[in-house]
Amino acid sequence: MKRIVLPLLLALLSVGIGGVVPSAAPFSAEDAPWDDGTAVVLAWNLDPLRTSLSLQKADSLGIFQEISNEFALTGGYKDSGLEADAEYRYRLVAYNKDRSDSVSFTAHATTRQQWFSMQKLSLLILLAMICGAILYYIFHARRGKNLFIRRISGLDSMEEAIGRATEKGKPILFVPGISDLGDIQTIAALNILNHLALKSAEYGTELLVPCRFSMVLSAARETVKEAYLQAGRPDAYREEKIFYVTDDQFGFVAGVDGIMLREQPAANFFLGAFWAESLILTETGFGTGAIQTAGTGQPHQIPFFVVSCDYTLIGEELYAASAYLSRDPQQLGSLKGHDFGKLLVIILVLTGIVMEMAGQGWFKQFIAGGN
Amino acid sequence: MKKNLPLIVAFASGLLILIAGFIPHKPFGMLEETLTNWFMIISSFAILLGQISLIQANVTRVAHRSPNWQYYLAGLISFAGMVVFGLLWGMEKTPGILGHGEGISQNLGSKPFDYIFDYIYMPLSATMFSLLAFYIASAAYRAFIIRNFESNLLMITAVIVMLGRTSFATWITSWIPDSWGILQLPRLTDFIMQYPNTAAQRAILISAALGVVGSSLRIILGIERSYLGGGK
Repeated sequence: MKRIVLPLLLALLSVGIGGVVPSAAPFSAEDAPWDDGTAVVLAWNLDPLRTSLSLQKADSLGIFQEISNEFALTGGYKDSGLEADAEYRYRLVAYNKDRSDSVSFTAHATTRQQWFSMQKLSLLILLAMICGAILYYIFHARRGKNLFIRRISGLDSMEEAIGRATEKGKPILFVPGISDLGDIQTIAALNILNHLALKSAEYGTELLVPCRFSMVLSAARETVKEAYLQAGRPDAYREEKIFYVTDDQFGFVAGVDGIMLREQPAANFFLGAFWAESLILTETGFGTGAIQTAGTGQPHQIPFFVVSCDYTLIGEELYAASAYLSRDPQQLGSLKGHDFGKLLVIILVLTGIVMEMAGQGWFKQFIAGGN
Repeated sequence: MKKNLPLIVAFASGLLILIAGFIPHKPFGMLEETLTNWFMIISSFAILLGQISLIQANVTRVAHRSPNWQYYLAGLISFAGMVVFGLLWGMEKTPGILGHGEGISQNLGSKPFDYIFDYIYMPLSATMFSLLAFYIASAAYRAFIIRNFESNLLMITAVIVMLGRTSFATWITSWIPDSWGILQLPRLTDFIMQYPNTAAQRAILISAALGVVGSSLRIILGIERSYLGGGK
């Protein structure tokens, strides 16, 4: 315990007084702090007569091999990709071309794995505060307290879009982004797909879900199938309506564009991770006259969606959608936690501005992770 | 059990990854990489599922002579062609069943698989991407129609930024003295992009990050289970 707590306190103090003081020795090698023991930090401080240098590392046979020759009188080098708990030897040869002489220094360091990444202390504190707030509001909601959640028109319109598709006898198109299942945006999209599939099952409207990745296909099929079961319409579930198109980005776009032009869906949903193809998809959908709802966590794609879609879910709205649609008090409670997070960020930004103006750089350094 | 097991797996994996993010020491430090490798292994098995879905969907449409069945047939032929060429003569430096196919490669300039990839697939892909230019023009036209104060502001800003990125902007505003340099269009463009634009983008990023935290927490705790098909 002492081995963990003492370095933590020392690190906090070092951050507080303005970072690690550089070594005064001409050449030093130290284990990179707070890492997984795979890097060594080298630092040197040469006399002004030196004009070039060669930084070398001893290989397994003990022969020094050059790893860098970038010259600076006072400088540093981070040797990464090393083995943990191993000793490494370095040599710095500094030359003076005018006098045709050189001087060499040697140093060694042993890499050590650490039990806590101190650069992430601020992140841990922030995460604990935000998660704490989310949990507090979840329990608050569990006790039956009413929580005010602002209206999200993009989600309120979902029923309208499904209703329109039902009236016109045309299908609904749902694209769960072009990222794989490892992306939280895809998970958020699948959560929304569940609610959409439930409604489409109730209304008896055809639902088309083209997928870019097989894993997403598998998860989407399961999600829709369960929703149809939940709606009491397992007979209406058609597996072939949730299908794989291609892994290729623009091949997928061509496929989905073709579906929009041929099938003419009355409502298009583009929810998940999108990149360069976002405008190609939504402009094609706009051309077919469908009601379009889009949402992504990619800030660069949001302007494209805003221009060509009827409703856009911006930033956290994509992640909040499932909770919002479910009307489950516990899930709605978590959305209040997001609001606390926003308040915290506002306070931190304002504090940061004030501290920087007051010349207290340690605050920014601490929040940024000591970098 | 069918519902609980995935919830337990999600809880354990989520919690482990969360902890591993703060502990660089083994085995935590390598946990994320290990789980990512597992994901890739499972994904590679799932590719087969995707191919089966693709073949099933296309064969059914061709067999039933669905509207536009010719497109689906073209898709099947292309798919089969690439598989056959890849198997027979391989791709790039990888040999196929019949070796490297030196004779064919001499005539085509490359292996059949690579030839189709470079001269059919890549141009088709680039064509799709290039459509973006036309769609940006049509979307921009709609966005910049002046309807109210906001759209007016948007149009003025867009004109400044678009002009500011050209040499013409330097030419027409270079006479402005340095004391009023911010009014020179290239500098004004840089200001708009660096401050108001970055601030707005970061606001969205922060809000999305908060959404990710909330969403992840709901999934880890099993409160959010719509991705498993809903249910309590």
